[in-house]
Amino acid sequence: MTEWLFASAIGVFTACGLWLVLRARTFDVVLGLALFSYAVNLFIFAMGRLTFAAPAIVQPGTQATLANYADPLPQALVLTAIVISFAMTALVLTLALKGRFVNRGDACDGDEEKRFEDVPR
Amino acid sequence: MTPAPEHWLVVPIVLPLFAAVLLLLLERIRPAWQAPISLVVTLAVAVLAFRLAAIADTDRIGVYLLGNWRAPFGIVLVLDRLAALMLALTGVIAVASLAASWRLAGRGPHFHAFFQMQLAGLNGAFLTGDIFNLFVFFEVLLIASYALLLHQAGGRALRAGMHYVVINLIGASLFLIAASLLYGVTGSLNFADLAGRLPALPEWDAGLARGAALLLLVVFGVKAALLPLGFWLPETYGAAPAPVAALFAIMTKVGIYAIIRVTFTVFGGDDWMTEWGHPALYVLGLLTIVFGAMGALATKRLVPLIAYLVLISSGMLIAAAMLGVAALGGALYYLVHTTLAVAGMFLVVHAIADQRGPRADRFGNGPPLVQPTLLGVLFLIGAVAAAGLPPLSGFIGKVLMLQGSGQAPSVAWFWAAVLGSGLLATFALARAGSSVFWKTHGMATGVPMALGNRAGVALLAVAGTLLFVFAGDAARYSLASAQQLAQPRLYAGAVMSQTPVSPPGRTSP
Repeated sequence: MTEWLFASAIGVFTACGLWLVLRARTFDVVLGLALFSYAVNLFIFAMGRLTFAAPAIVQPGTQATLANYADPLPQALVLTAIVISFAMTALVLTLALKGRFVNRGDACDGDEEKRFEDVPR
Repeated sequence: MTPAPEHWLVVPIVLPLFAAVLLLLLERIRPAWQAPISLVVTLAVAVLAFRLAAIADTDRIGVYLLGNWRAPFGIVLVLDRLAALMLALTGVIAVASLAASWRLAGRGPHFHAFFQMQLAGLNGAFLTGDIFNLFVFFEVLLIASYALLLHQAGGRALRAGMHYVVINLIGASLFLIAASLLYGVTGSLNFADLAGRLPALPEWDAGLARGAALLLLVVFGVKAALLPLGFWLPETYGAAPAPVAALFAIMTKVGIYAIIRVTFTVFGGDDWMTEWGHPALYVLGLLTIVFGAMGALATKRLVPLIAYLVLISSGMLIAAAMLGVAALGGALYYLVHTTLAVAGMFLVVHAIADQRGPRADRFGNGPPLVQPTLLGVLFLIGAVAAAGLPPLSGFIGKVLMLQGSGQAPSVAWFWAAVLGSGLLATFALARAGSSVFWKTHGMATGVPMALGNRAGVALLAVAGTLLFVFAGDAARYSLASAQQLAQPRLYAGAVMSQTPVSPPGRTSP
């Protein structure tokens, strides 16, 4: 059951993220990238296998195998990935804001006509 | 006690990183010191890169265990011939690009700090021995490249920059999926350890690992601008300021390096890679050459024209690398040549654009250049080099690739693509040159080529000449690199057998 929930959560995040990334407005693309990075983070976490109530730090008295412990490495990888994707989202937002003021619009599909639609000057 | 030579492996990463921090600090107190310090650090890293290449040339694979952890458990830096070659090339390009930025650097903030970060990221990507750190260094160099690209950004550059950032962020997500999939299947991230574990996987897990390999190739294909993934490149490079575009000449080569590293060092022991992966990459490389040649003929601006030449060379290198050891050796020689040529051409065409007023780098009737002779000669030399015509080193590279390409019937396509793209690139460059230099009217009003820009071009020209004069040595080195890559056991053995040093006063654990 946990696996099923986990896998479908990753799937839903990826699908929504992909749909948003393919849209023609910067704001939607940024949201899509954020959802996509959530999916990726969950996926990395799942690659350490889903365990229940298993510590990641070795304790004396318990044999140090993956049967007794959660794999700590994917957790470390997830931390790195979260930090990087967080910084990247901030950067893209800054870019999007600057682009909105310089180009007077947040369309990002290169279509010159559409760029000036319904954006308050 | 003298430190072992392995300790030098960490310096090309750490030195620019510290320099970047120092430069940020100096920006407020002593802004005038930034450029000299940046140049000294870059020169030091370049000299060190050549020293490391000399070490790698003794067929010794240097392994540095960060934090003194044994190989599959800790992070390793590995210096084989290919890594050393890329480091030395990065050093030359970085010095030239920094020299050319002498005038530009005054205009935007943080240029030097980001430049050093980019250098650290590039060197790290070439030296790292595990796939997650490859991801991290990719991100380091990409963040720096975003900032450098948008250094003086106007509207067009911002939009190109946005595309570049979003495409690379999606690439980063795919990279993470692939890396974690490999970890989930094999329990390792280390290239050498992966190479040992992949052939022993059960059938189902091997399929997953191959899926991860394909995802990795997609990610690196984005960086190398292979055909279905390379449409971002001309627009992005067209928007970058001159020295940044010159430095970006090495960026597609990072993707090519990573493709070679994954297909040879990591998946070299997997028959599936040689049976399916190599032919697929070969075809994509050929298609990239065709697309690049078409783009070069179609474009009406100088800077995107050079960007399309980058695409042609990317496709050529990937296609040649998949044709066996001798062709890979030729490809590595050509890689050095084409990076130098393209970086120089970016500097020259930006200097031309600076002298044409509002017409900038668009073809057609514009004001005459201030220095038509100097720029004309530079453009001619650069064009001959970039198109790979005799007598310059590009021709030697092409001959080496064609000679090494073997006898298989499918190789005819490679010959056709290499020779045809050379012809089309020559047409495109000749047309561009005649349009820019001869169709003129009015008064020359532009600024003369800056001294730093001239120094950068001169350095690249000297490097190219040395590559031509010492073609025998360079070709021997690149062939030896290819042979080393074809034996992934050497790499894996060196990494896995490296023992941690025992700290003074304690016995080895």
